[in-house]
Amino acid sequence: MAVMTYLEAIRETLRQELRRDDRIIVYGEDVGVRGGVFRVTEGLQAEFGEERVIDSPLAEAAIIGTAIGAAVNGLRPVPEIQFSDFIFPAINQIVQEAARIRYRSNGAFGVPMVIRAPFGGGVHGALYHSQSVEAFFAHVPGLKVVIPSTPYDAKGLLASAIQDEDPVLYFEHKAAYRSLKGEVPDERYLIPIGKADLKRPGKHVSIITYGLMVSYALKAAEVLDKEGISVEILDLRSIRPLDVEAILETAKKTGKVLMVHEDNLTGGIGGEVSALIAEHALFYLDAPIVRLAGPDVPAMPYSPPLEHAFMVTPEKITEAARKLAKF
Amino acid sequence: MSKNSITPELQKDMYYHMALARALDDRMWILNRQGRAPVVYSSNGHEAAQVGSAFALNRGEDWIVPYYRDLALVLAYGMTPRQVMLHLLGKAEDPNSGGRQMPAHWGLKERHILTTGSVVATQDIHAAGLALASKVLKDGRVSVAYFGEGSTSQGEFHEALNFAAVHKLPVIFFNENNGYAISVPARKQMAVMDIAARAEGYGMPGVIVDGNDPLKVYEVTKEARERALAGEGPTLIEAKTYRFVPHSSDDDDRAYRSREEVAEWKKRDPLVTFEKHVLDNKILSQEEHQAMQQKIKDLVNDATDYAEQAALPDPDTLGLYVYHQ
Repeated sequence: MAVMTYLEAIRETLRQELRRDDRIIVYGEDVGVRGGVFRVTEGLQAEFGEERVIDSPLAEAAIIGTAIGAAVNGLRPVPEIQFSDFIFPAINQIVQEAARIRYRSNGAFGVPMVIRAPFGGGVHGALYHSQSVEAFFAHVPGLKVVIPSTPYDAKGLLASAIQDEDPVLYFEHKAAYRSLKGEVPDERYLIPIGKADLKRPGKHVSIITYGLMVSYALKAAEVLDKEGISVEILDLRSIRPLDVEAILETAKKTGKVLMVHEDNLTGGIGGEVSALIAEHALFYLDAPIVRLAGPDVPAMPYSPPLEHAFMVTPEKITEAARKLAKF
Repeated sequence: MSKNSITPELQKDMYYHMALARALDDRMWILNRQGRAPVVYSSNGHEAAQVGSAFALNRGEDWIVPYYRDLALVLAYGMTPRQVMLHLLGKAEDPNSGGRQMPAHWGLKERHILTTGSVVATQDIHAAGLALASKVLKDGRVSVAYFGEGSTSQGEFHEALNFAAVHKLPVIFFNENNGYAISVPARKQMAVMDIAARAEGYGMPGVIVDGNDPLKVYEVTKEARERALAGEGPTLIEAKTYRFVPHSSDDDDRAYRSREEVAEWKKRDPLVTFEKHVLDNKILSQEEHQAMQQKIKDLVNDATDYAEQAALPDPDTLGLYVYHQ
């Protein structure tokens, strides 16, 4: 057991998986010699060679499209999209090809691959290096979307994603890479995709969230605890599939739900979670469901005051949860 | 016809598959016009390019990634007439998709025909990816993407060629250039005369071949395959050909092609010219030819009857195979 950053947990999992299974290849822009622009894949090419850790041409559709072909022909590709904002040139390959190949072939073909992509803001990345893109993919049957919130989960979910027989998008928050640290067991372990994690039990308000926002929600809960407000926190970990049972359970328990994500408000996962609660747990609620999310502006601006105004922060979460508790 | 070392037996088999494709295709149009098949996409006119190239491959082992024009190709690659008809009529037993995809969206795993979607040029990248795996796994397979000239306007065509050339992948990009993308002629699609000219920009050989001559197509494909297996990387082949029918059964090509132009190309109908070749050169006797024609007729009838009587998919299966199960 070692204490690792979120980034180190991802790197060491990739290393462990590459050692475990010769069919796994890692590739994308700058992932080889440079070890990735965030150094997630640092040292992997030196250990596994240029044939398994590949610097690919700068073309996202080709990265994902070749991964599809490689997966069909027996490899387990783990392509990286350098920033999630750059995933859109590949969206046809992901949504119309990878996600549909099993269905359209009536189960004959499958695409076991993991698309890793750093996402999220607060790092001066501006409009095209800060986006949260998960909701686009969570809409698509055939895809799975996971977003780990801790180094421990980063390892277990990545191993599960690589073992999965279907395409999995694995989003890593950039601000989590070096800010989040935690104990990570040396041995391989799997965290099932589609199982939420109750991070903290509480009585008065449920915060349902995922990714970096889990750590922010935990900070908010500490503050509110001193005020006598007991906050329950559910980390979704996977936004497709959603853990409906866990969502309804916490909603029924506290009767007050605050949904938090950095992604834009409209069409975000918060809407889907709210709908599930409204459909299946309405009469357990003591207050309207509240969504705290990135505002409906096209993307995150660069200049610090604008960027800060966009971000969901522990303070904003504290305020929203406090208000909901008092409803 | 080119001088060649292709055995008479092989030529006979090529001719058989070309004739089978044409006959099956003709039947599909009849079914469409009778209201028994919703839509047809044809290989009519492309048979030499498709069958000639397929025979140069290790059929069933090398991967092919076809497009909707490739009926003759998939037949040459081992799909049966029954399987084609089941697909046309959207029957449960359709091995391409179980009735989920429109006709001509081929895919047959046991013959290494990769499933295909409708957005053109996506398959070019998949072929490169299949070849990437072959390179890593050293499985001795070559992959071939088939595509029309219109699709070469797509970015993914260019991305695929570039990726494959950089990594010297064992892949062949096989273009069937029939001069039209539905109604848009090639001169409005690109400012170069030949698709093959694009190859130079990616650092690979570009080869132009008479797509109505199966033997010439066979030879250039064979050569490209040998290059791929020798680790010398991809080849772009441009087979110049023509489709004798509209884009689909819902199209009317009189809106954009003169009858004179079609008639001119018809003089070089690959089925007619290759038939003449195999008969004139005694590769196929008259008796064998007649027997073959009867066999094809019987197969087409059998496929039609079988598929028409086959069960439609159960609506309860709608939710199957979204994920691995």
